[in-house]
Amino acid sequence: MASRHVVAAADEIPPGGRKIVTVRGRQIGVFNLGGEFFALINVCPHQGAKLCEGAIVSQLVSNGPGEYGLARPGEIIRCPWHCWEFDIRTGQSWCEPDDVKARSFNVTVEAGGTLAKGPFVAETLSVSVERQYVVVEM
Amino acid sequence: MSSTTLTALGGAIDCDIHPAVPNARALLPHMDEYWREHMLRRGLERENFDLSAYPVNAPINVRPDWKLEKGPPGSSLADMQAHVLEPMGTGLAICNVLHGAQAMMSEDLSAALCRGVNNWLAAEWLDRDPRLRASILVPQHSGELAAEEIERMAGDRRFVQVLMLAMAELPPGRRQLWPIYRAAEKHGLPIGLHAGSTFRHPPSAGGWGSTLMEDYVSYAQGFAAALNSLLAEGVFQKFPDLKVVLIESGVTWLPASMWRINKTWRGVRSEVPWLNKLPADIIRARVRLTAQPLDAPADSAGLGMVLEQLGSEDMLLFASDYPHWQYDGADAVPAGIPAGMLQKMMVENARATYPRLKAA
Ligand code: FES
Repeated sequence: MASRHVVAAADEIPPGGRKIVTVRGRQIGVFNLGGEFFALINVCPHQGAKLCEGAIVSQLVSNGPGEYGLARPGEIIRCPWHCWEFDIRTGQSWCEPDDVKARSFNVTVEAGGTLAKGPFVAETLSVSVERQYVVVEM
Repeated sequence: MSSTTLTALGGAIDCDIHPAVPNARALLPHMDEYWREHMLRRGLERENFDLSAYPVNAPINVRPDWKLEKGPPGSSLADMQAHVLEPMGTGLAICNVLHGAQAMMSEDLSAALCRGVNNWLAAEWLDRDPRLRASILVPQHSGELAAEEIERMAGDRRFVQVLMLAMAELPPGRRQLWPIYRAAEKHGLPIGLHAGSTFRHPPSAGGWGSTLMEDYVSYAQGFAAALNSLLAEGVFQKFPDLKVVLIESGVTWLPASMWRINKTWRGVRSEVPWLNKLPADIIRARVRLTAQPLDAPADSAGLGMVLEQLGSEDMLLFASDYPHWQYDGADAVPAGIPAGMLQKMMVENARATYPRLKAA
């Protein structure tokens, strides 16, 4: 059964920021996209590079040859090894979204007060009632 | 495979036969007034305008039993009928004339000669055998003049394709050439890229070779480069209904090339953001190859494996490549092609590739 892990205080990861955390022995990248949090495994499905440490880029869009455009700035992570691109929201690769994916995890932001009631694991953090926390389900 | 089996397959469509212009004099009646006199003033009617890519005396250019008593191989309709159309029970055959018309340095002379060859082909071949179809020769170094020639010929529905050489002044994907693709797409004409070069650069990527052997083997690399160019420049995106047929390209280089394109594209696609699908999938949907010559491994199991790696049964088109010397006897169909693929290759794939053959 999935357990819930408090991995960071919400204000530790500003919009556009990321934090690599370890949950049950696995490295996870936690990203803040304009206030929404997402988490991907820090292992590239291609050959295992530390995916979440790659450059955060935009999505490339084009309506045809010679037309160059950007969309969704800051929502794509590019693997540091062979530059494959992954959607931070879903883990889907741009090239083969249905077949090549980085594992993604459910993330919620919860008040310290709520966390005090439910079952959760805070491996490295101490939780205080007034702050907001990022919780990853794994 | 014997010719009876071919007939049983329902009159195969031969996607590559080569009628030859017997000599430049034969073109004069089919040329515009100005250019006819121009040819005579310069004594060009005495030239034969062979492409350097296909030197007349090279053994590969003609099977020994298909040599003619008079004239260059492929220059007699009666002999073509006796050598291939009759014994193979051919349903339809697409004439691809290999001629220096496409290689002239002068774009205008190139255009004039291409008009001459196309007119000659319609009058001397297509009018005389209802099984024959043809490719339009174009002055391929000029996108504009080539498009004009396509417009001029497109009304004749027996012309089913536009013929270009795989290697020319520019990689074929370059935008200067797009008028060709625009006109071809508009008229439902695939682009046939035929092996060969106008020799503006060495056929080998490593420089000028010393022998025809090096050139001929390198043609496969020329095709790989042409295909890369068409993909990267976005020709398949810009012209969504355009198909490309690689003629006399060989086949077995393609799977490896597809893997390489896919792999490289994943990492560098910011250069080509319009390429929004796996390149190999674009190739499977839009590129076809004639299956003669088939540069296959000797055993048929090996061939089956390579063909499976193409990942599609729709890509191969039957071709005799008459009168080139690719095989002996009536074995125009290489052994070892899996049954399902073979069935489609003989007729169905050609009909799906060439819109103008559908109703024929
Ligand atoms: S390891 Fe990530 S792209 Fe190769």
